[in-house]
Amino acid sequence: MPKLRVPKIPDSVVPAPLRKPAKPGQGGNGKGQAPQDLKTSPPERETHVQRLGNQAKEAPVDILAWVDQRTGASGFLTGMLYRKVPKGTNWFYTLGSATLFAFIVQAVTGVFLAMFYTPSATQAYASISHINNDVPLGQFVHGMHKWGASVMVILVFVHMGRTFFFGAYKYPRELNWVIGVVLLILTMTMAFTGYLLPFDQRSYWASIVGININGTGPVVGPYLSDFLRAGPELGATTLARFYAIHMLLVPGAIIALIGAHLYLVMKLGTTAPPWMKMDKPKVAASVAQLDAGVEGNGNGRVNGAGRSNGVHVDGDSAT
Amino acid sequence: MNGADEAPQQRVKPDPPGYFEGESMTRRRAFTIAAQGLGGIAGAAIILPAVGFAVAPIFHRGKERWEAVGPVSDFVEDTYRQVVFTETEGIGDAGKTTAYVRKSSAELEEEPGKYVAVSNRCAHLGCPVRFVEAAGNFICPCHGGVYDFQGKRIGGPPVRPLDQFQARVKNGQVELGPRYSVTSQLDPVRARDPGEFTGGIWEYLYPPRPSTFPAP
Repeated sequence: MPKLRVPKIPDSVVPAPLRKPAKPGQGGNGKGQAPQDLKTSPPERETHVQRLGNQAKEAPVDILAWVDQRTGASGFLTGMLYRKVPKGTNWFYTLGSATLFAFIVQAVTGVFLAMFYTPSATQAYASISHINNDVPLGQFVHGMHKWGASVMVILVFVHMGRTFFFGAYKYPRELNWVIGVVLLILTMTMAFTGYLLPFDQRSYWASIVGININGTGPVVGPYLSDFLRAGPELGATTLARFYAIHMLLVPGAIIALIGAHLYLVMKLGTTAPPWMKMDKPKVAASVAQLDAGVEGNGNGRVNGAGRSNGVHVDGDSAT
Repeated sequence: MNGADEAPQQRVKPDPPGYFEGESMTRRRAFTIAAQGLGGIAGAAIILPAVGFAVAPIFHRGKERWEAVGPVSDFVEDTYRQVVFTETEGIGDAGKTTAYVRKSSAELEEEPGKYVAVSNRCAHLGCPVRFVEAAGNFICPCHGGVYDFQGKRIGGPPVRPLDQFQARVKNGQVELGPRYSVTSQLDPVRARDPGEFTGGIWEYLYPPRPSTFPAP
């Protein structure tokens, strides 16, 4: 397997002092001339226009550098984006990102649906009809939100199955599994509260049944269903309550927990699939080779330098 | 303090370090506790009212509501008449509910001169049941719950008989009032949500909610 290389970063986003100097003999500034006697033929001064042009070329770098100097973002981003992944990483490892993408779709379409939706028991159905029938692309955006919800639930479960069957929930990633389970519950809460919002017959009866299932929990159940309905019967405030839970309370919690989830993924790394064989312990072998090598080498290399070569774990096997 | 008289290397050090003479805690610690305490009070001042606001409806009982559903002559002993009335105000058709009303029957050993109003809300999960005249039963379309003429469960998943509404006669009109649930022996209890058992120990496992009206 070829060693993963960090792709070359274009000069337009690298500050000038950090750019690699041109190799000798190749020129670097486009002029490509050998140094001349400065007295007989001084280098051409750049004109005003050229200077402005150069400054314009540097502008993106300057802006990025300004931000980077104050945030230290580039170190974090390179660490995150170029982190090493184990051998055998495959398409199953994209399910988490796919779920995140589904969530982003829901968030974006949801924000735009909220511009037309009225969370009132008497107007909700009419506003959904208005979105579907009158608003340009309304049915499409509503459809994305509606079907995207199912996609997200399915992806969450497939992602969880992948984690389970690959054994990726084991030490030290148990906490990430726990966060994932909370995210699963929150996703189901989103699916449940979103179901009522169109306020048609299906929504109404599905929510009645769902609330009543909540109510069957002993002791706290009756109070829980009263809380969800904001009263003993499904009433005017039930819809507003579901709407607030659906678009403010739970999304905030989901975003925060996704952040924690990703942070732990970055901190702990991912697991190799279970069918990958564990690499032989390279350290011991290398040291043995090293000892043999240093004796026969005889080129005066210090031990430490050689050791750092041998012990270094290559990118593929860092798990 | 006589530390100055002793040798310099014997200087008394406060124990633990950072304490001044006579203090029971360091200033750092005192300020930490004070800041965290104030922060906690400020946080509680925000969170508690908000949570109370969201939870308050559990403890709030609305106004008792009675609605006339027809003259007494509309209702007979041996079959039900379907009526629709508003149970929750302010949300239009979604606040309406259906009841099946009849006169109390001497044959079934019911108190004479009363009216029985059976809710159409299935005691399983709240789907609407329908009275099937030919069978004399209430049948739920969702999961096949079946109730007899009085609303007692005779089949399917429901956990108790159908709810009823309080009924009275005023100015020759039958009026329906708050909902109540019944035990398997048709004894009235406070209204429960569908899916919750009534009677016996279940009265404690599914406690009555403050938002409902007392049983008649």
